[in-house]
Amino acid sequence: MATSNWKSKLSAGLIYLLLLIWLIITGYPLIFMLQNSLKGNIEFYTTPVWSFTSFRVDNYQEVITSGFYWYFINSIIVCTAAVFIIIIAASLASYIIVRVDWQLKHFVYLLFVAGMMIPIHSTLIPVYKLTLSLGLYDTLAGLVGPYVAFSLPVSIFILTGFMREIPREMEEVAFIDGANYYQLFTRIIFPLLKPAIATIAIYNLTLLWNEFAYALVLTSSPEKRILTLGLFEFQSAYGVDIPKTLTALLLSVIPLLIMYIFFQERVIKGMTAGAVKG
Amino acid sequence: MLFLLPAAFFFLLYLVVPIPVSGYYSLFKWDGIGTLNFIQLDNWKRLLSDDVFWLAVSNNFKLVIISIIGQIPIALILAVLLTRKLSGVNFFKTVFFIPMLISSVAVAFLWRYMYDPTFGLINAVLEGIGLESWALSWLGDTGVVFYSIAIAVCWRFIPLYMIIFMAAISGISEQLYEAARIDGASPFQSFWKITLPLLLPTMINAVVLVIVGSLKYFGMVYALSGGGPNHASEVMATYMYTKSFTELRMGYGSTISLSLFLIAFVVSVFFLALTKRSIRD
Repeated sequence: MATSNWKSKLSAGLIYLLLLIWLIITGYPLIFMLQNSLKGNIEFYTTPVWSFTSFRVDNYQEVITSGFYWYFINSIIVCTAAVFIIIIAASLASYIIVRVDWQLKHFVYLLFVAGMMIPIHSTLIPVYKLTLSLGLYDTLAGLVGPYVAFSLPVSIFILTGFMREIPREMEEVAFIDGANYYQLFTRIIFPLLKPAIATIAIYNLTLLWNEFAYALVLTSSPEKRILTLGLFEFQSAYGVDIPKTLTALLLSVIPLLIMYIFFQERVIKGMTAGAVKG
Repeated sequence: MLFLLPAAFFFLLYLVVPIPVSGYYSLFKWDGIGTLNFIQLDNWKRLLSDDVFWLAVSNNFKLVIISIIGQIPIALILAVLLTRKLSGVNFFKTVFFIPMLISSVAVAFLWRYMYDPTFGLINAVLEGIGLESWALSWLGDTGVVFYSIAIAVCWRFIPLYMIIFMAAISGISEQLYEAARIDGASPFQSFWKITLPLLLPTMINAVVLVIVGSLKYFGMVYALSGGGPNHASEVMATYMYTKSFTELRMGYGSTISLSLFLIAFVVSVFFLALTKRSIRD
C-alpha cells in the first residue's frame, strides 16, 4: 500500500509538471504581451523583454484614443449583422431539411455540408469581382455576404443535428390544430432551438471576429477595416513602437476573452461541434 | 421551400458559383479591371512549370506533416492529462484553450515579436542561458523561416485538437477503466489498451482536419512572413494572393485558386473515404 501511494503521488507530480510546462508555453506569450505593453518605447529597448519594469497604462490610453476603437466598432457591426443573418438563414434551411419531406432534402443537406470543404481562398477573386460589381467594395456590408456564406455549412450541420433530436409530437398536434409551416417554425421549433442557436452564434462570432482573408481583399480604406486588418494598419503606423503594437494586440483579444470567461463551456462545445464534422 | 431561399442565396452566390467562375477566369490573361484576353490553357501550362508554385505546394504538404507530428500527439497527451480527475485541472484547461481565441493575425504579430532577432523573446532567452550561438534570425533565414511559422501554427491549433480529444475521452465509459484496474492494469496499460484504440476514429478525424486545414493556411503565413524571404515560406494561398492582388494577374491567380481547390478537394475526398472505411472495419 505504501508503495502504491508513493507511486500515485509521483504520477500526480509528473502530470502537474507536464501541465506546468505547457502552461508556460501557452501562457507566457500572453504575459509577454502584457508586460511589454506596460513599458515605454525606450524602456522596451533598454530592459530585458521578460521583465516587468513598469506599469504605465499610457499605451492603453493612447491606443484607444488614437482611433483604434473604430476597428472594434466595425468588427462589431459586421459580426453582429452576419451572425444575425446566419441564425435566420441557417435555422430556416435546417427546418426545411429536417422537418419537411421532399425528395431532394438529403442531397441539399449534403451539398451544404460539402461546402465546408471549399477553401475560401479559392473564392476570393470571383467574390472580389462580384463585390465590385454590386457596388459593395470597401463597405462593411460587402463583408457580410461572404461571412454568412462560409459560416452556413457548419451552422446548418450543427442545427440539423440538434433538430433531429427534437420530438415531433408537438408539431403534429399544432399541425392538426391548423398551424401552417411558418407558425410551426416560429412558435415551436425556433424557441426549442435556442441552445443550438446560442452555440452557433458564439461559434461564428469567434470565427468571424478573427476573419482576415475576405476583409483583406474586400476593403481598402482604413475607415472600413475590421479589427484584424486594423492590426496591420496600426502596425504600419506605429511599427517602431513595439509596446504600443502589443497593446493593440492585447486589446484586440479582450472581447473574445470576456465572452470566453462567461460562456466557456459553450465556446468549447461550439468549437468541438464545428470541428468534428465528418 | 421558401425557407431555403436565404441560405441557398448566400451559399450559391459566394461559395459555390465562385469555383466554376475561377475556372473560367483561369483561361484568360486579366488584370482584374480591363478586358479579359482569352489565352486558352496558357495559364495552366505556366503553372505546371512554375517552380514557386510547386515550392508552395510542397510547403503546404510539409506543413501538413509537421502539423500531424506536432499537433496530434501533444494534443492527445494534454487531453489525457486534463481528463484525469486532479484538482486544478480546470484552470489548466481554461488557459490552454486561449490561443484558439486569438486571431491568426494577432498570433502572427505576437510571434513576430518573440522571433525578432534583436529584441525578441526567444533570442533573449537563449542569450540568457548562454546559448547565444543558437540565436537565429527566425523569420529572416530562408532555411528556418518555414519551421518558425509551423511552430506558431502548432501553438495556435493544438488547443482545438485537445478539446476534440477531451470530448472523445470523456465519452469513454468509466467502467472499462474500472474493470481494467481490477484486472491489475497500470494506467499506462489502460491508456494503450483502452483509450488509444477507442480514440482511433477521433484521431483519424483529427488528422483529416489537420490535413484539410494545413492546405488552406493563409492568415498566419501572410502576417508572419508574407511568404518570404525569397518564397521560402510560400504556401498556395499566399502565392495566390500575391499573384492576384499584389501583381494584379488575376487570370493566373485564378489558376492557382482553382488548383488549391482541386488539391484540397481530392485530398478531403480521399481521406473521407478512408475514414468511412476504417470506421466500418
